[in-house]
Amino acid sequence: MEFFFGSFVKIVAVVAWVYGLLRVMGNSSKLVKIVGIVAMFGIVQVAILVKIGDDAILNSFDTGLLFQACTMVMVALGLNLIYGFNGQFSLGQYGFYGIGAYTAADITYRWTNGQASGLIVAGIGVVLIGAVILGLNRFLSRFRGLPVLSAFTLYLIGVIVAGVVAYYVGATIGDALTPLFGSTDAPGILRSDIALQLVFVLAVLIAGIFAAEVAFLFGLPVLTLGSDYFGIASLGFTIVVNTLMVNTDTILPFPEMKGGQGMIGIPKVTTWFWAFAFLLLVIIVMRNVIHSSTGRAIMSVREDETASKAMGINIANYKLLSFVIGSLFAGIGGGVYAHYIGFLSPGTFDFIVGFNPLIIIVFGGLGSMTGTIVAGFFWMFFLEGMLRVLLGQMGTDAPTWRYVLYPITLLLMMLLRPKGLLGKVEWGFLRPEEVTPRRTAEMLNSATGVMPTVK
Amino acid sequence: MTNTVTTSSSTSQPLLEVRKLTKFFGGLRAVNDFDMTIQPGELVGLIGPNGAGKTTSFNMISGLYTPSSGEIILDGQNIAGLEPHEVTQMGIGRTFQNIRLFQNLSVLDNVRVAYHMHAGYSMIDAILRNSRYTARERELTEQAQDFLSIFKLERIQHELAMNLPYGEQRRVEIARALASNPRLLLLDEPAAGMNPAEIVTLMDLIHFVQERFGLTILLIEHQMRFVMGICERITVMDFGEVIARGTPKEIQANPKVIEAYLGKGAAHA
Repeated sequence: MEFFFGSFVKIVAVVAWVYGLLRVMGNSSKLVKIVGIVAMFGIVQVAILVKIGDDAILNSFDTGLLFQACTMVMVALGLNLIYGFNGQFSLGQYGFYGIGAYTAADITYRWTNGQASGLIVAGIGVVLIGAVILGLNRFLSRFRGLPVLSAFTLYLIGVIVAGVVAYYVGATIGDALTPLFGSTDAPGILRSDIALQLVFVLAVLIAGIFAAEVAFLFGLPVLTLGSDYFGIASLGFTIVVNTLMVNTDTILPFPEMKGGQGMIGIPKVTTWFWAFAFLLLVIIVMRNVIHSSTGRAIMSVREDETASKAMGINIANYKLLSFVIGSLFAGIGGGVYAHYIGFLSPGTFDFIVGFNPLIIIVFGGLGSMTGTIVAGFFWMFFLEGMLRVLLGQMGTDAPTWRYVLYPITLLLMMLLRPKGLLGKVEWGFLRPEEVTPRRTAEMLNSATGVMPTVK
Repeated sequence: MTNTVTTSSSTSQPLLEVRKLTKFFGGLRAVNDFDMTIQPGELVGLIGPNGAGKTTSFNMISGLYTPSSGEIILDGQNIAGLEPHEVTQMGIGRTFQNIRLFQNLSVLDNVRVAYHMHAGYSMIDAILRNSRYTARERELTEQAQDFLSIFKLERIQHELAMNLPYGEQRRVEIARALASNPRLLLLDEPAAGMNPAEIVTLMDLIHFVQERFGLTILLIEHQMRFVMGICERITVMDFGEVIARGTPKEIQANPKVIEAYLGKGAAHA
């Protein structure tokens, strides 16, 4: 009973915290904004540190939920961009989440084991691949009516070439850097704590960009399918990625990932500071994209593709764009997750659990950023935190019942609130900027003034 | 080809010239050798019984369908086979027979989507929320609002499009098409489902936008009163072919048109 009460208070507190965070972020005064964000960060940091009796206010179990909620929100926000805002039903989000997690984990793992080449190969790789994709994109846009598969082949060749170049360059520079690591007894300058933090941030960003680049290559041909077919294809993608994870040490040349056994020894670098920072980054980017002309173009594709085309919008580009950004978020989320838990197992990225972000965005409301964030935290603290433990107290097998309870909750949700927990409501920062009424029609005499000025 | 009444032999370049446009759907010849010339500033009607190929022609001009053969020349440039968004960027705006508004977006956002191609800032500007974003976004919103007030829609700018009554949805759709800054506006059955009073309002609106924006308009319509009252020239299609061209008066007297609409024998009655 005491646990029930405690959990309940925590859930309310977390939702209130999210509300507070979004409110201070939305404050018009820059000073209030910065102080507020620091304060919202501080409250949680204090709760993690301050002990009441034996345990901290947020004990290790709660902090675990908190970190997982942060990564889950990043992944779910990405999926909401793809499905909720752009209307492309995707089941591939966990594939990109997994790619991000393994990529980031491998970079820092190698780094802590005295191998700089991981970071350098991946870093140069994503930059080169990005440059190739952007360059080819600009080049190919000159050709009219190029079949998508031909374009895909060109991109693929470009990406492979870039990857090979990155590999050889990385191997060369990497070996040169290795002496700077020093030995285990006398660590060199590259094995300091600060270096590791820096590498961690780079690793997470590289992982995100890598996931985004994979999303580009996958999405380019596959997004031309209709929405439902795309959903099936993306499910296939998740399964392929999962199979590759299980076989990292056999068919892929990554023995340190240990295949199905799971990868161990990833440095646990994710602190509350980093989880909060990356979450903030994702929320800000997401909101800034949505509340812009690009965001309106993305939403118009969801509403009506034909009308969207007639408004001069290249719908294939915007589908690809939202898919790539959504996967970028998933990749970043994966990187943050890997360094919190310190252990990666292919089971974590199984396609069945891949439905979790989908449930979260439907629960929170498709096309509602606030809904996704609240539902993400709620999901972790209520279902994974409270319900799991409560069921656990009833017997060792009882937690399995939550796989019955989740779908029932979702079902009830769909029946009672088909538009999601919060519908279209957005809080504070996530609300669109207010538009004030303008002059009346009588005051407008020149017709030319209202036509868009072409720049 | 029959009854080719050439209207003007003016030396000015036509805004739109359609030559021998043909579209097959499988073995079905939906549109056959469709020809049409529209001078700048004209208001031309395209009429014909159901299934005559009017909307198919529209869809080819606006790029939704790729023509099987033929040319579509806008201001001297062949635009046949371009993607729809490219056609819009070339300056052809359109509305749809069944209204296609962005239902879950506000009226203002519907119009602002049309401004997207002239937004003047990139996604990077938006992510960074830099001064270019702020300035252009404000400018764009103000333009959209001024635009809405011309159509007397400013009061409902924050309503979702789906919540509007039918007549207003039509107005928003026309406003949105105009916001994409077209030289040529294609209206696909703008008066469909409207009562006589609403049709009169619509006629005023179309006259108004034509004068105000110096537009050239091509419209498909079934309501004869509407077409005869508003169009300067009319082209009549039946079974994918042009069967008559001329002024409303000429068309009303044309036996082939009467036959197409009322059946054989009606012309002699």
